[in-house]
Amino acid sequence: MARSITSPPDRPRLIRKAVGLAARAALVMAPAALAQAPAGTDREAELWAASCMACHGTDGRADGVALTIADRSEAELAAALLAFKAGERRATVMHQHTRGYSDEELRRIARWFANRRPVVRRP
Amino acid sequence: MIGRRGFALGLAAAGLAAPPLARAQALRTVAVIGGGFAGATAAKYLRRFNPALEVTLFEPSAAFLMCPLSNRVIEGGLHMRDLARDYAPYAGRHGLRWVQARVDAVDPGRREVRFGTERQVFDRLVLAPGVEFDYGNIGGMGSATAQARVPHAWKAGPQTIVLRNQLRQMPAGGVVALHIPRAPFRCPPGPYERASLVAHLLQQHNPRAKLLVFDANAEIQSKKGLFSTLWRERHGARVEYVPDAELEHVDAAALMMRFKMHGVQRADVINLIPPQRAGLLATQAGLANVGGRWCGVGFLDYESTIAPGVHMLGDAIQGSPGMPKSGHMANQQAKVCAAAIAALSLGLEPVASPIIANTCYSFVSHAEAVHVAAVFRYDPASRQMVPAPGAGGLSEAPSRVEALYAMAWASNILEDSVG
Repeated sequence: MARSITSPPDRPRLIRKAVGLAARAALVMAPAALAQAPAGTDREAELWAASCMACHGTDGRADGVALTIADRSEAELAAALLAFKAGERRATVMHQHTRGYSDEELRRIARWFANRRPVVRRP
Repeated sequence: MIGRRGFALGLAAAGLAAPPLARAQALRTVAVIGGGFAGATAAKYLRRFNPALEVTLFEPSAAFLMCPLSNRVIEGGLHMRDLARDYAPYAGRHGLRWVQARVDAVDPGRREVRFGTERQVFDRLVLAPGVEFDYGNIGGMGSATAQARVPHAWKAGPQTIVLRNQLRQMPAGGVVALHIPRAPFRCPPGPYERASLVAHLLQQHNPRAKLLVFDANAEIQSKKGLFSTLWRERHGARVEYVPDAELEHVDAAALMMRFKMHGVQRADVINLIPPQRAGLLATQAGLANVGGRWCGVGFLDYESTIAPGVHMLGDAIQGSPGMPKSGHMANQQAKVCAAAIAALSLGLEPVASPIIANTCYSFVSHAEAVHVAAVFRYDPASRQMVPAPGAGGLSEAPSRVEALYAMAWASNILEDSVG
């Protein structure tokens, strides 16, 4: 079941306090269970990607300031991460974070988010 | 049924045989004790990484109240309800068994949880008991009366409002004293953010008032240059920073503080952030094996270094050098721990190369913030999480755009942890 982020019953009021927050996705999918490490799952990248979710939202679906990274292609995400790392794309934080990862690690994180499909959560 | 399929999948993936299966079968039930950033994230991600796990969350409160942004409640920009998140929808969404009870004790050897008249045994325990305040070395602060008169406001809750009201009701031209304990303590930049926001509040509403920052440490513990520049340039004589200020005694009725080296100081409002140690549940269970104050863990699975099958998270643990006690770190540790327990339950080895990022925002006024960032990577040689060379850094200066990011961070980490 999709939940609207505009009228959620249990959503914090915080985001409404931040004046000028940029456009957000109209709908946020309910969090879904991760696959149980089937063959082929990049478990390392899955764990590294989980770190990103603190700021970018569970599964990359975030509130505010264009932080959502879900539903983007691997190429787009990888290019953004590598550009942050090279200092070619302006950022407040991401240029500092990306320098802590190898290019290959950044590509695998990009692939993980790009391949992450919204799944209707179990009841 | 789901459980069996889960085992089959994991085993097929790993190509493993009988011994890991036995191990996997032995790991079905997990108790998570404490629903802060660490515990709530762990419970949620355990179910995400392996939905066959039966996860019980022990948390007595109906709603989580987050500490981040609570300094903005003191400053007046936010309300307590902005910091709150109900546990019920979160628990339902993730299929958690939420026991709304205070855990009285744990038996690490039996992996037993005791609450009220009940005792329950689990395959694994995850303890996230937070910090306990330790007034022991500060004379005069032992009584509940003194602790109510001189608030810490270091856990978001009633004391946050007490301090806010004391600051608002302070006489014109009064003196505020903020005491910072010796590190390590919860949220290293927090006291300095508080000083900045209190100074901002005074500037707006009580411009002749003064803020004295008595720091038991030799210097500002986080974002030093950013805070000291801000205080000097924006507040001048309004903020006085006193390092190496070891507090010996407080007369709470008279609002008098006595320091080891700096004599006696009277104030109109005293905000005393006490020294801290691992939460009572951990110390009573004998799990605080690092100097009797903090809990030692391994950084691949956050298992206690002395209690097999018992995992420890958040502010209660002895982190790697440079790893702050913070909500963000707790959220990150919890995911590594949850992934490791889920892997074991599926007969897989935990990932041996965790990488976690830290982003920490501090407000310096109602509309400006700064950040510090770091990336920690597991180092097999030292078995610690080590800052990645060349990564991380600070804001160049306070900015409004970072205040927007700080609010977005708070909203997203709250959702990621308790959403």
